[in-house]
Amino acid sequence: MRIIVLIKQVPESTEVRINPETNTLIREGVKSIINPFDTYALEEGVLIKERLGGTVVVMTMGPPQAREALQDAIALGADEAILLSDRAFAGADTLATSRALAAAVRKLEPYDLIICGKQAIDGDTAQVGPEVAEFLDIPHVTYVRKVRELEPGRAVVERMVEGAVETVEMSLPGLITVVKDINQPRIPSLKGIMKARRATIPVWTPADVGLPEEVVGLRGSPTAVEKVFVPQVERRGEVIEGSPEEVAEVLLSRLQSVGVL
Amino acid sequence: MMADGALSDLIRVLADRCTGCEACVGVCPTGAIEMREGVAWIGDACNLCRACVSTCPAEAIEVAATARAEAAEGRGVWVFVEHRRGQVAPVVYELLGQARGLAETLGTKVSAVLAGEGVASGAGAAADPVAGEGAGPLAAELIARGADEVLVVDDPALADLREEPVATALADLVRERKPEIFLFGATALGRSLAPRLAARLGTGLTADCTGLDIDPGRRILVQTRPAFGGNLMAVVVCPHHRPQMATARPRVFRPLAPDASRRGEVITFPVDGSRLLSRTRLLDYAEEVTEMVKLEDADIIVAGGRGLGGAEHFSLLFELARLLGGAVGASRAAVDAGWIPYYHQVGQTGKTVAPKVYIAVGISGAIQHLAGMSSADVIVAINKNPQAPIFKVANYGIVGDLFAVIPALIEAIKRRRS
Ligand SMILES: Cc1cc2nc3c(=O)[nH]c(=O)nc-3n(C[C@H](O)[C@H](O)[C@H](O)COP(=O)(O)OP(=O)(O)OC[C@H]3O[C@@H](n4cnc5c(N)ncnc54)[C@H](O)[C@@H]3O)c2cc1C
Repeated sequence: MRIIVLIKQVPESTEVRINPETNTLIREGVKSIINPFDTYALEEGVLIKERLGGTVVVMTMGPPQAREALQDAIALGADEAILLSDRAFAGADTLATSRALAAAVRKLEPYDLIICGKQAIDGDTAQVGPEVAEFLDIPHVTYVRKVRELEPGRAVVERMVEGAVETVEMSLPGLITVVKDINQPRIPSLKGIMKARRATIPVWTPADVGLPEEVVGLRGSPTAVEKVFVPQVERRGEVIEGSPEEVAEVLLSRLQSVGVL
Repeated sequence: MMADGALSDLIRVLADRCTGCEACVGVCPTGAIEMREGVAWIGDACNLCRACVSTCPAEAIEVAATARAEAAEGRGVWVFVEHRRGQVAPVVYELLGQARGLAETLGTKVSAVLAGEGVASGAGAAADPVAGEGAGPLAAELIARGADEVLVVDDPALADLREEPVATALADLVRERKPEIFLFGATALGRSLAPRLAARLGTGLTADCTGLDIDPGRRILVQTRPAFGGNLMAVVVCPHHRPQMATARPRVFRPLAPDASRRGEVITFPVDGSRLLSRTRLLDYAEEVTEMVKLEDADIIVAGGRGLGGAEHFSLLFELARLLGGAVGASRAAVDAGWIPYYHQVGQTGKTVAPKVYIAVGISGAIQHLAGMSSADVIVAINKNPQAPIFKVANYGIVGDLFAVIPALIEAIKRRRS
């Protein structure tokens, strides 16, 4: 099996707090990590390799420092890593990201399975997996919690949907996005860390994957983030007073009048 | 000063405008901005999220324009109809309600797009568009809920709404009728299907929106959505590509009350089933038998903390939650004390929830707990200590003994029900 795992480098914490004096965001420890969901994607790839043999190629598109995420992935069991990095890739929305990743995956053909995380904890869209599959014209299944069967040309997976589990058969090559229930990621081995240090990681540009600069990055992105703001957490609360019976009655009628009960 | 990093042609600081206030430094989610000689400088870690652009009081940060396409054309607001076993997903009615407002501002129509197997039965023949009255039950309900027309594609290959054949059918419809907006529920299906379609059409898709409005001046859809785990709200637009596509979070928008007197057209489109290929097949669909409502999906959460004083007292909360049709959450203190299992934990190291009502019982409200529940629509705090930080975020605060207040609440609910 040849497996490709797509990972994104994200800030370690998505917690944003407000400085009450300046009314701006406080972000401490902007250390970068592999998107947590992607560590499950990687682990699943490595588990499959250990069971069936093959190779795991890990790929990311990001700034030059995204190389660290790839090195971490090698330490966790990936065999090869590829970095898509170029100023022209910057500012991509999910469409431009997926187009670039798909073009790079094509250069790695033939492959059996692409594994993505459920979503990135910063952008939170969960769109890159299905969009990559569409660009590659392969089937995809999202929210996979278990790979039940896997053989050349065919897989059976369990997929979590609202209040139910679907069992889905798919032809391969195909793409899955995985949820945290799927496995328990390992910690890097000493051997892996050594290997990661020595690894050479090729860096690909739009030209390397055969794409003109107008279709990647900011210029290739139909959507634009116009503005961001911090949702208001402070509320003007009402204090309800009285005997337990009185406060219970008042609370229930308040909740009813604001339409939440 | 221009950023001399990799992004210098995409984002820049206008040195003559920058006042050196450092607001952008604090707001940058990737820590890419630093001060150099009193002027903001943007490094390679920048991901062009524009947090700094909207924060800068001096309007000193500029970002280049995004992708251009031919003049954006198209008319009409479309809503994809998710359904299973003859039941329409509630989010569809919510979206139809919201779509009505958008369409009225735009002076255009709302179309419900109904794909599936056997959905056309009685829905009206292709050559004979009929009034809502004569339509099949699904189409009639969609019209009663706000659709001006129902676009029907019916083929055995569309059974189970597999992503690939449905995307093919929808792409054909979009190319033929050119809508300006196409909305999907942000459900497991919607978040899997919509990106496939968006990539096929080469257009933008905004994920999991909680706000959808029209900017009439630009005639574009203004989409508001949470990112960074709900810690940040982003306003996203798709100015030059059509349709503007979005998935919208369930239970955010309000459905219209059904109005059986509304009239609409049902138009059935012929489709060549041989083109509707699917390389995935649904083998089984098993409902998860969970006794309690899942915490993340619950509209109402009753959560307990250290103030409960012991495992046995959680039964009070379970009873209240059951009466309200909700789920039980807990603070880390209660979980660490072994009173309730970890999967009930809400907060930074537990689950993030966004119910309609969050009732915090005996929870002080540490910042780590607030991180997991502060996006609840309404927060109720019940705590003995009037100084507890939970009262700062509560819409309704009750300072008192939970062992008196919760039983009173349970009694009051039972009284109202009987
Ligand atoms: C505040 C904010 C809001 C945004 N909203 C939108 C929006 O509504 N629509 C939109 O199109 N874009 C949006 N973007 C841009 C979007 O975040 C980027 O396009 C990003 O590169 C990919 O999207 P994501 O982070 O949501 O990843 P997701 O689609 O959530 O990621 C899913 C999986 O895809 C893989 N993956 C994702 N990115 C990469 C990568 N760079 N390299 C390798 N694998 C990857 C990983 O396996 C990951 O687990 C937004 C950005 C910001 C900062």
